[in-house]
Amino acid sequence: MPLKGAGGARPLAGFVARRLGTALLLLFLLSLLVYGLVFLAPGDIARNLLGTRNATPEALAQVRAQYHLDEPFLRQYWRWLSGLLGGDLGTSVRTGEPVSSVLAERLGLTAALCSLAFGLSVLVGVPAGVAAALRRGRLADRLLVGGSVVGVSAPGFAVGLLLLYVFGVGLEWFPVYGTGTGFLDGLWHLALPSVALALGLGAFVVKLTRAAVVRELEEDYVVFARSRGLGGRRVLGVVLRNAAVPVVTSLGLLVAYLLGGTVLVETTFALPGLGSLLESSVLFKDFAVVQALTLVTALVVSLVTLAVDLAYLAVDPRMRTRAGVGR
Amino acid sequence: MTRRLPRMPRTPLTVLLSAVFLAVAVLCALAGPLLAPHALDQDLYLGTVGAGVEGHLSGTDALGRDVLSLAVLGTRSALLGPVLVACGSMLLGLLLGTLAGFRGGWLDTVVGRYADLLLALPAVLLAMVVVGMLGGGYWVTVLVLVVLFSPTDVRLVRAAVMEQAARPYIESARVLGIRPGRIMVRHVLPNTVPIVVANLLLNTAFAMVALSSLSYLGLGVAPGAADWGRQLADGQRIMVDNPLAAILPGVLIILAATSVNLLGDWLAERLDRKVATR
Repeated sequence: MPLKGAGGARPLAGFVARRLGTALLLLFLLSLLVYGLVFLAPGDIARNLLGTRNATPEALAQVRAQYHLDEPFLRQYWRWLSGLLGGDLGTSVRTGEPVSSVLAERLGLTAALCSLAFGLSVLVGVPAGVAAALRRGRLADRLLVGGSVVGVSAPGFAVGLLLLYVFGVGLEWFPVYGTGTGFLDGLWHLALPSVALALGLGAFVVKLTRAAVVRELEEDYVVFARSRGLGGRRVLGVVLRNAAVPVVTSLGLLVAYLLGGTVLVETTFALPGLGSLLESSVLFKDFAVVQALTLVTALVVSLVTLAVDLAYLAVDPRMRTRAGVGR
Repeated sequence: MTRRLPRMPRTPLTVLLSAVFLAVAVLCALAGPLLAPHALDQDLYLGTVGAGVEGHLSGTDALGRDVLSLAVLGTRSALLGPVLVACGSMLLGLLLGTLAGFRGGWLDTVVGRYADLLLALPAVLLAMVVVGMLGGGYWVTVLVLVVLFSPTDVRLVRAAVMEQAARPYIESARVLGIRPGRIMVRHVLPNTVPIVVANLLLNTAFAMVALSSLSYLGLGVAPGAADWGRQLADGQRIMVDNPLAAILPGVLIILAATSVNLLGDWLAERLDRKVATR
């Protein structure tokens, strides 16, 4: 194996710079797309921006002036983009509040929900996947694999509704709506939503983990180690460490899935988070909020993808070589 | 190292059940109005909302419509759209994936960037924003999903084509002077069929989830239309009066997507085995 570039900082810096450049280009194109949607939308933008207010000619003229709608598209886009870079996300059409404060208000709930769901799916999904891989073909494996197919297929809102009915309305174990007050009560209110969100995610984790562990178990080194009389525990330790690399990197990619799912689950449970904000803003055509939320989501996904790539480099020396020399 | 190929196992019960469920669903989609026990506008009067309304097996919804009939009529939009999304995105995938994989060069870079761009956001989220802003109906939603689903297909076909293109038989065909287009159509593409077919089914299942999610949010279908996602959203509001109004479409969505996924997995495994034994 060529060791060139394995320990050097320069190829690594180059790799990071390239990846950052790609991510920035993607974000730029996406921002153009999202901003352009407003102009592709049918109907008069000024009228849409007025919302429920009375559309008198004076009001329309005022809105056009306020939002600079009489300027050319690229100029308006530039005005919006430079505002974004300066931390000004615009003003909500619906409430008239600054978008950044609306987002900040609702960020906590979504962050809590997503981290609970992510933690839950990893804590349950990884051991389940390992267990399934170790009992390949037996009943426990088949049940877990079958269960993960259902989990992948079931949309969060349908699962959420079933949970809501069984544990909220039927058994009355969990609250049906609201966010609660205080930490424990809040956790209590987030229990069902995070399970609904975690189910699909956990199913993916089971699939990924099982596949990764099975792949390692079929490697020749496992047969060799066993034939040399190494204990099952020690072999398993090596297998799990090798299987961890693909699992950890795939976990990062699931963040996009998580952010899509939270919109549905927050809507089902009527939780005031970023997801339900996006839902109501899309239906209301609150352009400023939709644009900001879409870009923030894309930014989070890009950052996580970048972090995953870097983690890959840190964990697996072979990738370092490839990134430095190959590309 | 030689690997012993296991004998082809019997078709599992779950796969048979999925096939039966989907067959019934297709029948409902084709002949829904004939099979539904009630016409939707049959007894629209107040006071019939809820469970246990006489003559309605699963009760009525908030508008007094028969829940079971609504679910039967909803199969059409539950199946047709997802199948179209899967086929459309695979067509795009075949077109762009072959070009990128076989020609390489700048075309490959452009196609790769296009895939990156669309994969930078969760598909459902982007579809929601685009459909919500453009205000389109069911067919616009299907079209948007075709575009959003295509990147994975493009990557899949590209990888499969590149894998084939590196093989000696393609080199020989080139040396013999066969035109690239002909090599592509006659030699490379047939070898990608297993992966394409399996992915069609898996994409159909994902599209079912995506389309029903959008209609649950009130996008892509008219209010009151016969659609499982919409029905679930409406039913959720009267969950105390008639829980089945929301539970029935919810269970149907999960069952349908699971069935398609199970069939897809099974088919992928079978086709894979066939290729391996050839």
